[in-house]
Amino acid sequence: MVQDMGLDKLIRDHPFFEGMDDEALELIAGCAANERFDAGQYVFREGQPADKFYMVRHGSVALEVRAPGRDSIVLQTCDDGDVMGWSWIVPPFRWKWDARATRLSRLVSFDAICLRGKLDADPALGYAMYKRFVRVIAERLAHARLQMIDLYGIGKE
Amino acid sequence: MNQMAALVDPMVPAPFRIERVKKELSDTFTLDLVPAERKRSISFLPGQFNMLYVFGVGEIPISISGDPGVGDKIVHTTRAVGNVTNAMWKMGVGQTIGVRGPFGTAWPVEEAEGSDVVIVTGGIGLAPLRPAIYQILANRQAYGNVCIMYGARTPEDILFRKELEKWRGQFDMQVDVTVDHATGRWGGKVGVVTKLIGRGGFDPHHTVAFVCGPEVMMRYAVDTLVERGVSEKDIHVSLERNMKCGIGFCGHCQLGGDFVCKDGPVFPFDAVADRFVIQEL
Repeated sequence: MVQDMGLDKLIRDHPFFEGMDDEALELIAGCAANERFDAGQYVFREGQPADKFYMVRHGSVALEVRAPGRDSIVLQTCDDGDVMGWSWIVPPFRWKWDARATRLSRLVSFDAICLRGKLDADPALGYAMYKRFVRVIAERLAHARLQMIDLYGIGKE
Repeated sequence: MNQMAALVDPMVPAPFRIERVKKELSDTFTLDLVPAERKRSISFLPGQFNMLYVFGVGEIPISISGDPGVGDKIVHTTRAVGNVTNAMWKMGVGQTIGVRGPFGTAWPVEEAEGSDVVIVTGGIGLAPLRPAIYQILANRQAYGNVCIMYGARTPEDILFRKELEKWRGQFDMQVDVTVDHATGRWGGKVGVVTKLIGRGGFDPHHTVAFVCGPEVMMRYAVDTLVERGVSEKDIHVSLERNMKCGIGFCGHCQLGGDFVCKDGPVFPFDAVADRFVIQEL
């Protein structure tokens, strides 16, 4: 119970959930749990069912793509405070990448099956959550575009 | 201006001898230069640049990357990307380079005393900021939190890596590094440098920010700093244009109503904000 109360506060204080009313926060917190991953441990693997999303409390998780015969390619890292994973709201609800803790990481996970049911049943809550995820997705897209353009590449004299 | 300074013609390069060449990265190097003719004291302000002349090849502006507290040599870090820098890359200890300068405006390091300082930089943009970091560290107690946020293309492209590690280990500043591309062997952060700004431990209402890097990076960095609450007047950017004379005569580096060589390269962002969005400039 103490742990649940801690989770409730963590969720309430996180910028992602800013502006959400108490009732909505309570519903969301009901689907949340604390998880711990050691360095090198996978949080999820490509192709597995996306049955959760995560909030990084402390640590660092690399989203990466495996390629045969070469080192994995890290697309980005999710660090303290980041919200990680939106495959749980996009059919067919499967992870597109691997997520590997690069050091000891403590995450809050949100059960997608539990949440999807609540969001379907309460369109206002669903809209509030989707609005927040659109912001995360837009930010990631902007960052991915900046990473693509070889910002620090050869300039001119 | 003292009598000696008045006698120096800013258009005449002074011969400097290469005292040391250090390969920093696969295409980036640092030159330590000392006066070739007679020993004299060298002074500059962090953020200023010199015009370096490779005789018979050409002259280019390069920021000073050394410690302003060291007065017997001048240090430049650059990438081999064109005719002049490629010629420099091939030069060795003992050879002579022409130096004009220092020119331009400086990072407002002393004006930032009493505030938090945020340094956002990427790629070789760390070189023109290193003198400012040295000056801040030499007077560390005069500042609040000091945060360095540095982005590079890959882990192999991190400039001054040993110094970044040393600064991080000093416990009196936050040093955060991220790269755009990496393999699973890299244990650090992957993502754009602007993402670091959101997590930086500084009070945005009492912060002075120094931003230097590719202009695209600076635009997004400034946006993110402003989103966090840093005032545009407290954000300073270093701009690059086609500097030739270094003293505002020739007009090659004109940016709207300013000459980057004389009125810059360091500008308060609010003075150039309108020009940041004009593609033709």
